Amino acid sequence: MEGLRLVAKGAEADLWLDSDWNGVRVLIKRRGLKEYRLPELDAEIRRSRTAREASVIHRAKEAGVPTPLIYQVDLEAATIVMEYVEGERVREMVDVLGDDERRELFRLIGRTAGRMHGAGIIHGDLTTSNMIRSRGRVVFIDFGLGEVSWEVESRGVDLNLMYRMLTSTHYGHTAELFKVFREGYEEGLGPEAGEALTRMEEIGRRGRYLERE
Amino acid sequence: MDRLVCLGIESTADNLGVGVATSDGTILANEITTHVPEEGGIHPREAARHHASHMGEVIGKALKSAGLRGKELDFIAFSQGPGLGPCLRTGATAARALASYLGVPLVGVNHCVAHIEIGRLATGAGDPLTLYVSGGNTIITGFEGGLYRVFGETLDIAVGNCFDTFAREAGLPYPGGPAVEEMAKKGGRLIPLPYVVKGMDLSFSGLLTAVTQEFRSSRWKLEDICYSLQEVAYSMLGEVTERALAHTRKPEVLLTGGVAANRRLRSIIGSIADEHGAKASYVPIGYATDNGAMIAWTGMLAYLSGVRTPVETSFIDSRWRLDEVEVPWRG
Repeated sequence: MEGLRLVAKGAEADLWLDSDWNGVRVLIKRRGLKEYRLPELDAEIRRSRTAREASVIHRAKEAGVPTPLIYQVDLEAATIVMEYVEGERVREMVDVLGDDERRELFRLIGRTAGRMHGAGIIHGDLTTSNMIRSRGRVVFIDFGLGEVSWEVESRGVDLNLMYRMLTSTHYGHTAELFKVFREGYEEGLGPEAGEALTRMEEIGRRGRYLERE
Repeated sequence: MDRLVCLGIESTADNLGVGVATSDGTILANEITTHVPEEGGIHPREAARHHASHMGEVIGKALKSAGLRGKELDFIAFSQGPGLGPCLRTGATAARALASYLGVPLVGVNHCVAHIEIGRLATGAGDPLTLYVSGGNTIITGFEGGLYRVFGETLDIAVGNCFDTFAREAGLPYPGGPAVEEMAKKGGRLIPLPYVVKGMDLSFSGLLTAVTQEFRSSRWKLEDICYSLQEVAYSMLGEVTERALAHTRKPEVLLTGGVAANRRLRSIIGSIADEHGAKASYVPIGYATDNGAMIAWTGMLAYLSGVRTPVETSFIDSRWRLDEVEVPWRG
């Protein structure tokens, strides 16, 4: 396995860079075994997420949402061979960029998210860790929790994940970045955006105790 | 400075707890009484009535086990939210009355922060990623930039609520969590159930619906249903904890709240912590469930940082979010 290098060890999967996989530079994503889960539960989760990731990425491509190319899927090994996207992860860029550039980036993220939702795709883990800025575009990655849905609730949950990321991790810029994200999202999704954004606020406010009196 | 003493009242849901804590981190008393509904889940007004009728007695017991008289208390802390309105109001009313009778200050405490702080005190955890799981809350949190940031939480019902509701449906004794755990020990067959993780958030309402349907179908042994429910629910909690751990790179993980007493959940969290080179801590059983000691201790931390809650503004907030609370004692 010459030329194979571990580039990231995520919570769910390990990412390997292969600089010469049949002549192309690729990323090999492997969902590893989780000791804490029962083997049969673990196998099913790894398998279904691998399949889901591949099919949702395919759908996203059709809708013009930038995603990596997929070269090979192996469900039994829970492995996907995909395009290695050159660029920087958005999470690390937030504190590095200047104000204008940062706002532009988040408007673009909003627009891309809006277009994705418009195509019936829910990301499932919509955070800045799963976005790469590459050649003027934002490439969405890690669709393992993705699903196909046009429901307002699913859109609201996705937006809530993004909002939570802004409040828990990028707390120095929450309001400013959510404002431009929102504007971009409205551009990308159109008139249905309002309802999804309202639902997002509702999800954030939901009581943990359901009072029935 | 002399040692300060605080009495804390907890009355968020079905537990009424009164604890006494000192400024050097000693818990002198931790008395709890639980409202057990005759049927169904917690009814907020009935629980509040229970708390009101036992208030004097539990405060008396706490003072007695602490070996203190009322006038030796330096201030009173109470659980100000989040929780069930009528229950919270009962505790707040008692706290205001006691504080004004003794002529001492009042400190309102956030219930979720208190679960984290008692866990830190009891286990010695410094800056842990915290999984707080109970009948009313399911939150994955860590301290960042002055606040307890919420990295993930339930999108609908709490994990403990899911277990309690299922246990009632299945005719298991109260409280539901331990009864399901006992049953699960005798099970061993995994029944397919929905496993719902959204990023670092979770959903348990679909799992509750599915497990209830499987129970009603009479196709499976109850032991296997409990086993499967527990495996799926706790694996979901394990996964979001692992995600949050990889995300924050915290060196410690703390498991706190009523569900923290579950052995299977502890082993899952322990295994994940090992994998990431983090140290796992588990809140001791006596401080896992809702209790007054955690309110007294968190009240103490707040008081020492200058926090006071004037009686005129001591309204309860049944939806007070963890990530809105000022935490000056952690600087």
